Amino acid sequence: MTTTTTPETVPVNRIGLHKSDYQGASSTLCNGCGHYSIANVIVGAAYESSLDPTRIAKISGIGCSSKSPAYFLGSSHSINGLHGRMPSLATGATTVNRELIAIGVSGDGDTGSIGLGQFKHLLRRNVDMVYIIENNGVYGLTKGQLSATADLGQKIRHGGVNHIPPLDLCMEALIAGCGFVARSFAGDSRQLQTLLKAAFAHRGTAVLNVLSPCVTFNNGEGSTKSYLWGKEHDLPLHEISFIPLDHEEIHAEYATGDIRDVTLHDGSIIRLKKTASEYDPTNRLAAMTLLEEERSGQHFTTGLLYINEERQTLVEQEQMVALPLVQLPPEKLRPPREALERLNARFR
Amino acid sequence: MTATDVPVQPTADAIVGHAPLCNDFSLTVATVNGSGSQSANNTLLRAIHTMGVPVSGKNIFPSNIQGLPTWFTMRVNRDGYLARTEQAQILVAMNRASLHDDIRELASGGICLYPVDFPLPTRREDVTYYPIPVDELVKQSGVENRLKPYVANMVSVGVLAYLLRIDLKNIEEALSYYFSGKQKALALNYGTVKEAHNWAMTTIATQAPYRVERMAATDGTFLLDGNCAAALGAIFGGVQFVAWYPITPSTSIVDNLSEYLPELRREADGAATYSIVQAEDELAVMGMVVGAGWAGARAMTATSGPGLSLMAEFAGYAYFAEIPVVIWDVQRMGPSTGLPTRVAQDDILAAYTLGHGDGRHVCLIPATIAECFEYGGTALDLAERLQTVVIVLSDLDLGMNLWPTPPFEYPDRPLDRGKVLSAEELTRLQGAWQRYADVDGDGICYRTLPGTPHQKAAYFTRGTGHNEAAAYSERPEDWSANLSRLAKKHDHARKLVPAPVIDQVAGADIGLIAYGSTDAAMQEVRDLLAATGIRSSYLRLRALPLESRLTDFISAHRRIYVVENNLDGQMHGLIQLHCPTTAGRLTSIAKCDGLPLTPHWICECLVACETKETP
Repeated sequence: MTTTTTPETVPVNRIGLHKSDYQGASSTLCNGCGHYSIANVIVGAAYESSLDPTRIAKISGIGCSSKSPAYFLGSSHSINGLHGRMPSLATGATTVNRELIAIGVSGDGDTGSIGLGQFKHLLRRNVDMVYIIENNGVYGLTKGQLSATADLGQKIRHGGVNHIPPLDLCMEALIAGCGFVARSFAGDSRQLQTLLKAAFAHRGTAVLNVLSPCVTFNNGEGSTKSYLWGKEHDLPLHEISFIPLDHEEIHAEYATGDIRDVTLHDGSIIRLKKTASEYDPTNRLAAMTLLEEERSGQHFTTGLLYINEERQTLVEQEQMVALPLVQLPPEKLRPPREALERLNARFR
Repeated sequence: MTATDVPVQPTADAIVGHAPLCNDFSLTVATVNGSGSQSANNTLLRAIHTMGVPVSGKNIFPSNIQGLPTWFTMRVNRDGYLARTEQAQILVAMNRASLHDDIRELASGGICLYPVDFPLPTRREDVTYYPIPVDELVKQSGVENRLKPYVANMVSVGVLAYLLRIDLKNIEEALSYYFSGKQKALALNYGTVKEAHNWAMTTIATQAPYRVERMAATDGTFLLDGNCAAALGAIFGGVQFVAWYPITPSTSIVDNLSEYLPELRREADGAATYSIVQAEDELAVMGMVVGAGWAGARAMTATSGPGLSLMAEFAGYAYFAEIPVVIWDVQRMGPSTGLPTRVAQDDILAAYTLGHGDGRHVCLIPATIAECFEYGGTALDLAERLQTVVIVLSDLDLGMNLWPTPPFEYPDRPLDRGKVLSAEELTRLQGAWQRYADVDGDGICYRTLPGTPHQKAAYFTRGTGHNEAAAYSERPEDWSANLSRLAKKHDHARKLVPAPVIDQVAGADIGLIAYGSTDAAMQEVRDLLAATGIRSSYLRLRALPLESRLTDFISAHRRIYVVENNLDGQMHGLIQLHCPTTAGRLTSIAKCDGLPLTPHWICECLVACETKETP
């Protein structure tokens, strides 16, 4: 791609781009919105991973979170679709162009309420993309209604108190067979950015369920979607670092007992350093147990809950040509005249 | 006008003893759904077709897998009239449950073949009965129990072949076509046909009043269903992505895509140049094709009424965000679940205005198998040319039944991929382009595809209000300019869609307008009208939006009748909106009972209207 020349002193990434090449338009989100932090993290992660912005496709549904793709990666194509239907758009786009780097952005209402079906079917198919859920337990654009991840007892302006238990979208992802399930917090940019870089390197759907407080409608005392609660209860599973494929560090220090490396499909490595307890992120049952135990307690576990690099993606299952379908020349798309003559003769 | 059934005088006045009526009859095979009558029916149809005699077949079936009554009707007609008739002259009564009704509905002078052990209801004096020892003949074939129902159907083929003088050679050819490569099945079935034929020859004394006599009217044609033709048309039209959800009667479009794409569109190493995804529902279907169309693929789906309803929100989105997609709507009888296995032309208004807010969609309306093939590619071309939703309005009668067709013609134009800017073109433009700017004045703007390697290629696609630069905008002038441009694009489409087919007769008393599968009845209608002294012109619509040739046609006739298979007169209403100043000339001839309209019913309605007009 062409880019503006940058002075020697300004740092560039592996493909020669400055961080500003990954910026988007200015945000129209509320001041302090968690989604804004996430947008910045996406900019940082895409820059550090040296992603080519012209290969990125940003795909979203409807809601505050789904508007946010306007605020990052301004040189990338974007499609802001229908409420709860981001997964189907992503499925179509990535199937016909397997070289796209798809970033889906959704919210808890978009994914957990109206779009739960598409979310789970996308995971079943293992569409190759990063799926970010900006989870704040509330509908923002329609001013404060309950979503499917709202806390029990959560109060709303009109209509009282929530009596219906929330869905845990990480649990839903695990059940649907997702091969990369992570949870993070908009208030922990460092962890989120590392997870995001790992998600980019993952083959298949990578779900990042990110607590992203709504400062306007659901940031009060007692809300498990507030900044304060996130800060006080965040319990990282591990200290996480990401070692890209071409990094020198790759052979530098190998595992002591406290370190676990997970090698991703492209050869890059997620390095997990043990914190309080032993945790095996390749054990799906362990991940479910963790979430089930956490449900009754007061913890908010963050980090890489589960990873499985073995599943084939949708495109791999389809046994398509190596070239993206959209790049095929016309002669590959229209069978020759003889083929039609053969059929005409066969039907006689 | 009020649509009512008009009793029809029997057309077959042949009675036993008179000279047999050649190549002009309808035949109904009444069976139990799931009893394996399809091969027998298709064999008969194909044998008659290959004898050079025009024939069409309709499967009138229930929404059921096994047990309910089902009928296969054939129209054999030397003049090429292949529409449905109200009554059959020949009944093969293989279903005890519907026997009473089936015999009652038989035309006067008709014949009835039935298994000898069926208890006959009150005998009709004007019907000739042929009891057949089906069980005995099946037993003789020595076939295992599992296959007995199939073989039983072949018994009736053998007896009919004798009675109607259908050449056994043609039957054998037809069987080998349907059982291609399965020698054992072919031998068993043809053996049974011959046994039954022999039995009939040696046992039946009464000559049947109907005959099939060899002609040369079907030379060079073959029998095919519209859904197969649609699938092949899409394949030769370069379809790249298909998402779908099963729904009758559209499912066989995707069945055929799944069958023929591996043969026609795989590389030497077996890699596919296409993708088919079965989605979880029609909302996801439409999201997938919109996503694929946005990314630059030729994307399509096939559905029917209820599925179309679920696609409405995305259809409006694709119209407004200007994303090419193709929907094949194989219409069935609604509203709601309606009659899923019965035909109607009842999604005209729903399809044309699918989605909320302003907006109209380009619709193509095939009437023949050849047009199903042709529009398979045309729809993809138009969708990309116009960057919009194109809906093809087929229907169950056209899509699922077998019709004679000339061989398919290889597309004579290259694929039209529309206005897409490449990285090189963007460099030449120095990155100065706007996604929704009407540079050429035809309402169609330039787009770029995700993945285009140019820093200025990207734009933000949205269903929200936007300006020419695709930026979010709530400014009234941006909103109205955008909608006006979309309307202009729709106007431009009038020049691109298939033009109506017009047969304008000087001095005609009336003008007839029809479309889609109803066309099959229209030539016969016009000939019947002519016999009563009414001269007619005929215009067959092939697309929406409507255009100026239609306006001229209406202006040229004092009375116009719009014939269609729905109750509301949907196309009639659209035409009235299109030609408000001449709207009063239009009369709706509309009916929806789950069956294709018959020429006699249409004719009776027209004659009644004309009689009122000219006392």
